[in-house]
Amino acid sequence: MSTVTTDPHAHGDHHDEHHHSPPAGLKRWLYTTNHKDIGTLYLLFALTMFFIGGAMAMVIRAELFQPGLQLVQADFFNQMTTVHGLIMVFGAVMPAFTGLANWLIPMMIGAPDMALPRMNNWSFWILPFAFSILLASLFMEGGGPGFGWTFYAPLSTKYSGDSTALFVFSVHIMGISSIMGAINVIVTIFNLRAPGMTWMKMPLFVWTWLITAFLLIAVMPVLAGTVTMVLTDKYFGTSFFDAAGGGDPVLFQHIFWFFGHPEVYIMILPAFGIVSSIVPTFARKPLFGYASMVYATSSIALLSFLVWAHHMFTTGMPVFAELFFMYCTMLIAVPTGVKVFNWVATMWRGAMTFEVPMMFALAFIVLFTIGGLSGLMLAITPADFQYHDTYFVVAHFHYVLVTGAIFSIIAAAYYWLPKWTGHMYDETLGQWHFWCSLISVNMLFFPMHFVGLAGMPRRIPDYALQFADFNAFISIGGFAFGLSQLIFVWVLVKCIRGGEKATAQVWEGAEGLEWELPSPPPYHSFTTPPHVK
Amino acid sequence: MAVPQQQKPDHKPLIKRLLVITLAMFGFGYALVPLYDVFCDLTGINGKTSSMAATADKAVVDLKREITVEFLARPNADMPWLFKPQTQKIKVHPGEIKLVYYEAENITAATMTGQAVPSVAPGQAALYLNKMECFCFNQQVLTAGQKLLMPLQFYVDPALPEQFSTITLSYTLYDMTKHSQPETVAALIPTGGNHE
Repeated sequence: MSTVTTDPHAHGDHHDEHHHSPPAGLKRWLYTTNHKDIGTLYLLFALTMFFIGGAMAMVIRAELFQPGLQLVQADFFNQMTTVHGLIMVFGAVMPAFTGLANWLIPMMIGAPDMALPRMNNWSFWILPFAFSILLASLFMEGGGPGFGWTFYAPLSTKYSGDSTALFVFSVHIMGISSIMGAINVIVTIFNLRAPGMTWMKMPLFVWTWLITAFLLIAVMPVLAGTVTMVLTDKYFGTSFFDAAGGGDPVLFQHIFWFFGHPEVYIMILPAFGIVSSIVPTFARKPLFGYASMVYATSSIALLSFLVWAHHMFTTGMPVFAELFFMYCTMLIAVPTGVKVFNWVATMWRGAMTFEVPMMFALAFIVLFTIGGLSGLMLAITPADFQYHDTYFVVAHFHYVLVTGAIFSIIAAAYYWLPKWTGHMYDETLGQWHFWCSLISVNMLFFPMHFVGLAGMPRRIPDYALQFADFNAFISIGGFAFGLSQLIFVWVLVKCIRGGEKATAQVWEGAEGLEWELPSPPPYHSFTTPPHVK
Repeated sequence: MAVPQQQKPDHKPLIKRLLVITLAMFGFGYALVPLYDVFCDLTGINGKTSSMAATADKAVVDLKREITVEFLARPNADMPWLFKPQTQKIKVHPGEIKLVYYEAENITAATMTGQAVPSVAPGQAALYLNKMECFCFNQQVLTAGQKLLMPLQFYVDPALPEQFSTITLSYTLYDMTKHSQPETVAALIPTGGNHE
């Protein structure tokens, strides 16, 4: 790290100010240390992965369209559910948030770039390798991983195929990438804030990402340890999770979910930051309860370390442990409720307009709350014994991840797209994208609550006949949601290629340092730090 | 904290600290393994019994209480031996020392090594089921067709909380033939040594 500087040109020619144009062609992207280029790479990568993971979801929904096995073998179905989950979590949602962090954090805090630009290049460019390894395993003899994205032992240690080693190494690389990205975010926020940008003046997106970055460096290493234990258990004769050798398969679930639950908040805290940026802009009022938002985010992050075993209520824990994790889980509803309250209070008596980013943000607030409430139902230990491993759980986490995290990412894309490209996106197409997505996503995930409560198990390629109509309906919603995202691509392409010129402020009610830069912003954001009053 | 204009901040101390956190958390992931065992030993959750022989010197028999102890045994799916308890269940007074036997038979044509791993339900009662002698402390080597009567000597601690009236002790027998460590005690810490 000895050559790290804030200015990528500090050790070269320093004579012609900071307005180099980037090198042309592929090398621009391969060698880039620029936060905007890397942000763009992350976002395009995430979009690609979103469609690859989405294609797998389409395979799953096509198979589940009718009871019985029609299209794929059970083995391949398992690989689809597994890799769909891995791709969407580690390939779509997390890189998309990292891309947004790269683009926005330097602009929001008045910095010229990220603090560690070379490491930034690395943390992006190892990702395509990680996912190539994972995806390539699907085409190898024996197929890809099929033990679920949670890779529970002994499924992953005893009953898994030869691709397990590839799975482990790809997760290692993803983890290294996330950790480097998180370190970069923390160093940037700690060291590169403009004069006057005190902690409690930072935009909430920066705050939520700072907390997310700390969660990342706290739990991604634990995930790395978990997959390493799986690797040595499977190939090198250790017995971490093997009862015959003195280990314990339940231990796997404890270690995995010690990572897994904070991971859930890694995927939602930046979304809170995005919505907290968008709602005040289109309500034309400052955010209600800024300080309480910061404290609520911090307390959600701290509580996330105390609730992991709510994923394991049915493993035979003693009652006091079940109660402890049940109450801690329910406690998280309090800071989350504070946030939802603040967003609603921000809109209260605001002069609201309903452009596409605001529509997605509003849908986020309503639908994420639905996902939160089904989460509360799952938190009730005795009820969870009924809901565990059913489609109710699938409905719950897709409401918080698709209509939560993904909707917030789409909202962010619409909101900052004019800033990034210098062009306004097509509002009519954007509204079409929103309404098609909103209707289809609810057709897709809402009935899953009902089939789940009726007892349809998750991760099974076949189901009992009474679930047939609901599943056909769900699948149609799934196909419609997948197709709706093509409108998004159309909007993006159109906006990148041209369109009405965007002003620096873009939105009438937008406030923050990024809106003081021209649209599109110069290659190096703030070469002289602005003064924050 | 904000950086004065034109001065390049030194990122190295912060990076070092963050890397230390990262490495520490990687270590913590591994530390969870022994921590989990210690936690289970202390609280008795998860139904793990002690892998060490207990002594009965200070136990006083409590004739007023009677506890039902049930015995279950099954070979693991990959283990071809026959394995069952001679006694299905017995009633004992807390503090009273009992001896029961389990039968194991190697019905294959090869010499094999087995290891029984115990589990107690309800989990918290595991702390109060003290084994003075148990075949599960060692591995068993049986030649082809050999039968073995395996002893279990135990007593229930009189301190067993009132809410427990039945304790179920279950053994799963694993095939350890490939793990060439004949004297291994069911270890607290996972051991290596699978020389396939």
